[in-house]
Amino acid sequence: MSGIWVLIEHRRGEIREISYEMLGKGRMVAEKLNQELSAVILASDTKAYVDKVKKYASKILTVEDKQLEDYNALTYQAVLSALATEKAPSLLLMGHTSYGMELAPRLSAALKWPLATDCIDVEVENGSIEAIRKMYSDKVNARIGFRGAKNCLVTLRPGSFPAEIDAAYDGEVISVPSPLTTEIQARKFVEFLEAAAGEVDITRADILVSVGRGIGDAENIPLAEALAQALGATLSCSRPVVDKKWLPKERQVGTSGKTVKPKVYIALGISGAFQHVAGMKNSGTIIAVNKDPKAPIFNVAQYGIVDDLLKVLPALTEKAKALRA
Amino acid sequence: MNIIVCVKRVPETSEAEITIDKSGKSIRTEDLVYDINEWDNYAVEEAVRIKESQGGGTITVVTLGPQDSQDTLRRSLAMGADEALHLSDPALFGGDPYATARALHAALKDKPFDLLLTGVQAGDDGYGQVGPILAELFNLPHATMVTQLTVQDKKAQVHRELEGGMEEVVVLELPAVLAIQTGINEPRYVSIMGIRKAKSKGLRELSRNDISLAPEDCGPAGSLTELKELFLPPTGKVAEFFKGSPDDVSVKVLEILKEKGGL
Repeated sequence: MSGIWVLIEHRRGEIREISYEMLGKGRMVAEKLNQELSAVILASDTKAYVDKVKKYASKILTVEDKQLEDYNALTYQAVLSALATEKAPSLLLMGHTSYGMELAPRLSAALKWPLATDCIDVEVENGSIEAIRKMYSDKVNARIGFRGAKNCLVTLRPGSFPAEIDAAYDGEVISVPSPLTTEIQARKFVEFLEAAAGEVDITRADILVSVGRGIGDAENIPLAEALAQALGATLSCSRPVVDKKWLPKERQVGTSGKTVKPKVYIALGISGAFQHVAGMKNSGTIIAVNKDPKAPIFNVAQYGIVDDLLKVLPALTEKAKALRA
Repeated sequence: MNIIVCVKRVPETSEAEITIDKSGKSIRTEDLVYDINEWDNYAVEEAVRIKESQGGGTITVVTLGPQDSQDTLRRSLAMGADEALHLSDPALFGGDPYATARALHAALKDKPFDLLLTGVQAGDDGYGQVGPILAELFNLPHATMVTQLTVQDKKAQVHRELEGGMEEVVVLELPAVLAIQTGINEPRYVSIMGIRKAKSKGLRELSRNDISLAPEDCGPAGSLTELKELFLPPTGKVAEFFKGSPDDVSVKVLEILKEKGGL
């Protein structure tokens, strides 16, 4: 058997955007290898999902089971192990998301199929699949090979490929009986928790002054606050600043925080990890200050300053005050 | 409650300039600053907090890597871990996450535990695989992206970080394997004095023979994947850089803000 499989990721009845990004990339790989593209859907009721992806894959493999109502690493693994062992796809694509990051490595070890995580591309070299991934704070790319394995797994980084895809398949639906014979007890889903509403809504700001790890210390936060105030802007931040409890979670921009689209986004000491960039790349204008000229943030910013932000911040604040006085 | 924490010593790369070495498969590390992997630091802290609140039990920290990795073990001992294992045999080096997890599993398989903690991922290679693979090798339930952990009645209730600020709550039977996300706690400060004091705590080095792993199961030979090359990302679009003194660049930034931000 062969084929390129895409695991459709869904949550609370909605297909996640990464699923379409993977279907787009999966189709390219399938065409290069002259293999079929299949979408794999695990759910308690797959019908609504099937309707949405039918035109993007030539086959739709569905497994329905009450235990698949909500994602659970253990139920997903049990089903995917059985399915993959029986049908042996060349490649199973999963999202490098909270679900895929948890599921893929364990599945790889269970199947003894190689896995490359957090990939930004999948290439075909002389008939073999290879994956490109980021390392070292996204500053270096790595090419990962699968040592001649017939089957492999890849988790694809969200945002690496467009979610708006075009295809005209009429996917043949293949309903596979659930291999789950007993109720899995060792891990149970309890509930979803929504993000708590905060005092400040950074998504409404015209100008965001955003600080990252480069701010260095909690005692430097007031310097950024002073600039935000001088500009009539709102203060936001990247993940490390929230992790260190220097600013509250409601200020966090990125995949695990908020997606923002201000007119101007000023990134101070933010290196530009993809989780952050995903939350701010659609800002009108991006200005970045960072010590490292090769920091990935400069690839999304229109304007850049290579300097110590602790030198730039006070100067900028003074000039802004003078301008607005 | 016995807890095992897997830790790794990594170079700080987010603020540093990174260059590829002559082999084309690794980076030049001589100018980089090393420390405990940030995620692992939170995992060690979480283990110490559980031990403090539950009273009793042993925390074992384990690492795989060269001699310098002992800095990370000593630091973890100073934070409150009780004993350390160091897989220091070069025969175990150079493997992919699967080979690394197999070596850790071989070293830990006879050690009873209630919780095995790892960081979600390492700051250098970012594979994020060792925790879930260990769960498979031990055949235990697991969860990753853990942002809150409560242990009670042989169960662990965890919050998992999802995208868009959402979380999910899941309950796992113990023993379990958990990959800890940054921000779950506030790791305690470790002083040089504290590290010195922790010197009396046990640190044991283990070789491939000690953990009874066959040569073909170790390092590159025992790996499922192969890192074929490192290369610099295509430059693509790059910002227009403002040069000059902080005052000079500030003037330019304010011009942009007036033009684009309605300042």
